[in-house]
Amino acid sequence: MNAEHTALVLVELGAVFFGLGLLGRLAQKIGMSPIPFYLLGGLAFGDGGLVQLGGIDEFTDIAAEIGVVLLLLMLGLEYTANELFTGLRRSWVAGVLDIVLNATPGAAVALLMGWGWVGALAMGGVTYISSSGVIAKILNDLGRIGNRETPVILSLLVFEDLVMAAYLPVLTAVLGGTALLAGATTIGVSLLVVTLVLVVAARYGRYVSAVLYSENKEIFLLKLLGAALLVAGVAESMHISAAVGAFLLGIAIAGPAAHSAARLLEPLRDLFAAAFFVLFGLTTDPRDIPPVLLWALALAAVTTLTKAYTGWWAAKRSGIGTVGRARAAAGLIARGEFSIIIAGLAVAAGVGDSSPGAGDSQLAALAATYVLLMAGFGPIAARLVEPVVRKARRSPAPQATP
Amino acid sequence: MPGRLRHRPGGVAGRRHHSAGPHDHRVRDGTLRYGSHVNVDVTPLPGIGVRKDFAIRGGRRVGVISHRDGNLELIVSEADDPDTTVASLALTADEAATLGNLLGTPQLVAQLSEEHKDLPGINTRQLPVTEGSPFDGRTLGETELRSRSRVSVVAVMRAGQIQPAPEPGFTLTGGDMLVAVGTKDGLDTAARILAKG
Repeated sequence: MNAEHTALVLVELGAVFFGLGLLGRLAQKIGMSPIPFYLLGGLAFGDGGLVQLGGIDEFTDIAAEIGVVLLLLMLGLEYTANELFTGLRRSWVAGVLDIVLNATPGAAVALLMGWGWVGALAMGGVTYISSSGVIAKILNDLGRIGNRETPVILSLLVFEDLVMAAYLPVLTAVLGGTALLAGATTIGVSLLVVTLVLVVAARYGRYVSAVLYSENKEIFLLKLLGAALLVAGVAESMHISAAVGAFLLGIAIAGPAAHSAARLLEPLRDLFAAAFFVLFGLTTDPRDIPPVLLWALALAAVTTLTKAYTGWWAAKRSGIGTVGRARAAAGLIARGEFSIIIAGLAVAAGVGDSSPGAGDSQLAALAATYVLLMAGFGPIAARLVEPVVRKARRSPAPQATP
Repeated sequence: MPGRLRHRPGGVAGRRHHSAGPHDHRVRDGTLRYGSHVNVDVTPLPGIGVRKDFAIRGGRRVGVISHRDGNLELIVSEADDPDTTVASLALTADEAATLGNLLGTPQLVAQLSEEHKDLPGINTRQLPVTEGSPFDGRTLGETELRSRSRVSVVAVMRAGQIQPAPEPGFTLTGGDMLVAVGTKDGLDTAARILAKG
């Protein structure tokens, strides 16, 4: 690598991250999730965008991979294995309703677009999974953690995460395009491994934590990151998907180690996840968006309603009042990082290309537009639902308050 | 440990609580009983911590969220909608302990005074161990309260919990509230000792 090239790479990377910083600040100012802004930033550059960036592909490719690993590792850190199991026991009815209502629209659109069953499986995942990152931030920002509908929202998110642990290896196996029998074996093996790891994590998680933990931040960070990449790499080579490996490692780490791990990794995750969103935007050709825009809008509208209904139903089942039900309904709408991760896996496998091997993924365009809409609209809906519902309740029923 | 609690998510409204004897602190369907009058709902918040709250007579819910990182948050719900929190205050461990003692100690003192009311000359009083007290971090025995003021420390309130009949080896920290029994002069002396050494 000569000096001139190095200089170009540094300048481009610097410009990208600085630009993302500015976009993030804008997002914060207007109280939105930065994810849609990162995607837009990625769309603006790269293929068919305003400016072509060359020379940083290698870095962004690796950075995006690390971003996925860190996103899933942090997700795993968030919940202990016990919380996952109790979540499964308690909210499986609402969880199944969630899957049926929210995966179906995405799968149906994929079939209509002619992306086949594999595309349907991927798009179902994209529209199903809520963004626990965006939603946790909404709950925090709006001071709703103490609210009574919040455990309903959280247990649905926990259930979704558990579904992800089973779904990602299946998707990876199916995307691998192996023959039916071999595919079934891969799925069987990976599900077995996932279950085994979950059970082991529930029982012996403290040993994993003990091996990794260190009082010294620097040592802890290196061990943690090293272990995450190792596990992710091994999982990937077993065709279980790097993301799932990282997720399982996150679950295995428990107790105080998990809190300090989360705190240490947060800035790294933010950096690499931003790179991941930008890369997804970069590889999506903005010229592919207009043909799928109507589909994206329709999907957004339908899955807003289906997700809201899921939240409403689950909250009602737990005996929450009308306003709380509305908050649970609107609070779950946001989709984000995990939809993009699923779409990224599908796009990498060439699903949704207009012709085989063309590399101009319509699925990427649809998923990017969909997440742009949902990550943008979700927090707004969560913010507005309360005043709207209260107003609506007040006007026909003036006896509510003087 | 939140995962161990048998409790449905959502702190179900209108759910009947099991009856339990006084001072029964065992978890029963996520309901803790403190004393004999209040049922505390314990709800795990996956990824965040545990919420413990109860409905006060006006219908509002008051409670605490114990975050997994050890931070505490005081929550108060809206009057006409117990699902909504109107106030949530983040408290440090020290602040929470102080608030707990402010709320808890008067009852204990009142109860003890009630029991002693037939014995003239015996008073019950709460004596604070302040943050800058010379005995912050030292043991109860080192205060030599018994020999210097002839008062007995019958309990220590810490973080809203009662530590009955503390031993001389009990280490005091700032924010503790000692419940002491003695004569009026003795209690004055004891207060001075705790503040100045």
